Amino acid sequence: MPSTMGSTSRDDLSRAGGARAETASGTTDETYADGTARLLDEKGVRHPDPALDRWLTDVDAGTDEARAALLALYEDMVVARRIDAEATALQRQGELALWPPLQGQEAAQVGSATALRADDFVFSSYREHAVARKRGVTPVDLLRVWRGITASGWDPYAVNMATPQVIIGAQALHGVGYALGIQADAERGVVEAGDDGTAAVVAYVGDGAMSQGDVNEAFVFAATWQVPLVLFCQNNQWAISEPVTLQSPVPLVQRASGFGVPGVRVDGNDVLAVLAVTREALHRARTGGGPTFVEAVTYRMGPHTTADDPTRYRDASELDAWAERDPVARLAAYLRAGGLLADDDEARVRAVADAVAAEMRAGVVALEDPPPLSVFDHVYAEPHPTVAAERAEHAAYLAGFADTDDDITTGDDAAQGADR
Amino acid sequence: MTTQTLTLAKSLGAGLRRAMTDDPTVMVLGEDIGRLGGVYRVTDGLQAEFGSRRVVDTPLAESGILGTAVGLAYRGYRPVVEIQFDGFVYVAFDQIVSQLAKMHARTLGKVRLPVTIRIPVAGGIGAAEHHSESPEAYFVHTAGLRVVSVSNPQDASTVLRQAIACDDPVVFFEPKRLYHVKGEVDADLPLDDAPPMGTARVVRPGDDVTLVTFGSHVATALDAATAASDEGVSVEVIDLRSLSPIDHDTIAASVRRTGRLVVLHEGPRQAGVGAEIAASVTERCFDFLEAPPVRVTGYDIPYPPAKLEGNQVPDLDRVLVGIDRALGRVPASGAGVEVGA
Repeated sequence: MPSTMGSTSRDDLSRAGGARAETASGTTDETYADGTARLLDEKGVRHPDPALDRWLTDVDAGTDEARAALLALYEDMVVARRIDAEATALQRQGELALWPPLQGQEAAQVGSATALRADDFVFSSYREHAVARKRGVTPVDLLRVWRGITASGWDPYAVNMATPQVIIGAQALHGVGYALGIQADAERGVVEAGDDGTAAVVAYVGDGAMSQGDVNEAFVFAATWQVPLVLFCQNNQWAISEPVTLQSPVPLVQRASGFGVPGVRVDGNDVLAVLAVTREALHRARTGGGPTFVEAVTYRMGPHTTADDPTRYRDASELDAWAERDPVARLAAYLRAGGLLADDDEARVRAVADAVAAEMRAGVVALEDPPPLSVFDHVYAEPHPTVAAERAEHAAYLAGFADTDDDITTGDDAAQGADR
Repeated sequence: MTTQTLTLAKSLGAGLRRAMTDDPTVMVLGEDIGRLGGVYRVTDGLQAEFGSRRVVDTPLAESGILGTAVGLAYRGYRPVVEIQFDGFVYVAFDQIVSQLAKMHARTLGKVRLPVTIRIPVAGGIGAAEHHSESPEAYFVHTAGLRVVSVSNPQDASTVLRQAIACDDPVVFFEPKRLYHVKGEVDADLPLDDAPPMGTARVVRPGDDVTLVTFGSHVATALDAATAASDEGVSVEVIDLRSLSPIDHDTIAASVRRTGRLVVLHEGPRQAGVGAEIAASVTERCFDFLEAPPVRVTGYDIPYPPAKLEGNQVPDLDRVLVGIDRALGRVPASGAGVEVGA
């Protein structure tokens, strides 16, 4: 597996499974520098790589189950792109306040999320929609926060994924702490390890976050304590208008070695390579091998958010070049060449995607604004007199409009600014 | 009930030991807290007793410490974080105010983060730059945090245990000047028998002036009350104990009797805790006030070098001048005469 570790560490990584040539140093213009893990080329042709293939026996078996697994990857990617397009449309139509599109990053997200176990935990940024869906977040719940009606759309413990983090990189440290907790649980014997070791954490960050102190501190802490963490960077080339070259003069994967963390660079538009690399990293984490850094090289095909205008800072030719590397088209080409994606399969997947989008749209437009006084709910877990007093003050204020607005409801009365 | 004579620092350690014994999810994290026992020795002996898994020396990165604590709490632990000195907490500001404080509201109550942040606070000890800060107002201003400051060894132990047991994040200020002050401590006091964490306490009753303070300045206030009594002025001293929430009821009940308010703290005056109390008392007790509320505080300047810190930290005489002002014996601050000038 590609690595930036020095010779000693490369041997260690080799023992951990599958070291390959050291990543060539150079500029990030060499998008797929030698050493980037890749199994599907841009035409969708599958290239063998024993170090990676051994993590893909389920999808490579040639059985009905393997075909179903491959089609599931494809469906997840197509549905993610369809949700993304529908959400963008909903924003344009005024049904959402904002939307950060994921188009172009489907393989990086679906591949990595498919590698997760149910008891693993995910900390993410705000663009990991395909990861969230894979964890079990419904599309409507995914959009709640972007409609501006809630601070977050799901119960983290119901799906083992934290709600989106907006402060760039802050979640990387939460991943370290959670992983330290997994370690502590294991030592205390309060949680049974699974067949493949303990649970692990994946913390998703972007290329821009690699400049944040919190992400660099996460590297330090994770390496010191050897916690079961995969720090998964989707390098989508752009942090709003800033190219990745502004964050780093060297490939981001090279950062890892200085922290003593194995680093892997993978073609983020190759879902099979991402799946294999993430599985290996998770295996290392589960079995006491400590953290791994994954740089998934991908591309944000759309704007940063629906409020952004990428034509101001990047050329159309760049998008055209990346369209040739489209992750969804690439997997489709591979599947078709293998006779695994017939026209009726394609039609079925499209129908599923359309149905998900339609159901999501209907659910989102039906979402109602929460009651005004709910803004005082959950500020504290235990009773807090200041919040209770301000809640009462605002309730009295709102009651003054009762003649003209009889729909003033009171939120969670029992909470009074707290849960109990 | 068995008591022992302990310094405030030892009492904090006893409180930590009790909390860790009672709850296996309590973990202590910080810089130099393991073998060294912390720069003020508060965690002395804890790592030997509970192991390096529960008493964790961290790399030197405060944001990293707080972010790790957030993740640990997410997993179900109760981390107690030691920030080595008050001036070092600022690099952890985002993790405290944007992450720790807001997570419960952000997740609609699904995620509770019972993290306690212990911070040695304030000056008067001849320390280097960034070792004498009074940053409480930043945290009082942040929804989702509770903020407490202790003034005596018994509270050090019990309020710390209350903070650890609380399901909300708590910023816990330990006045450095008090670490070596001794007092009788029942380290095993049942928490139900202790005053609730959010309440103030009248530590000396009086009739003429209400003097509200917290932390190390409770001692200054008591000295001032004694001195004032020699001149026939009866000062009621209130130890705030909790800075968020503020026990406005206890303060207001006192001011309605005395008609005069002095607020004393070491942190800067502008938008400080004293400003909040003065405003609140004015709103609640305007008809009872005989004079404008008086603030005796640190000035709005960077904390001075050690040889000059006496100009910043309010002392007995500045408090007495403040009491005189509340009594109308010297012109109000607005008239151009500054307290302690």
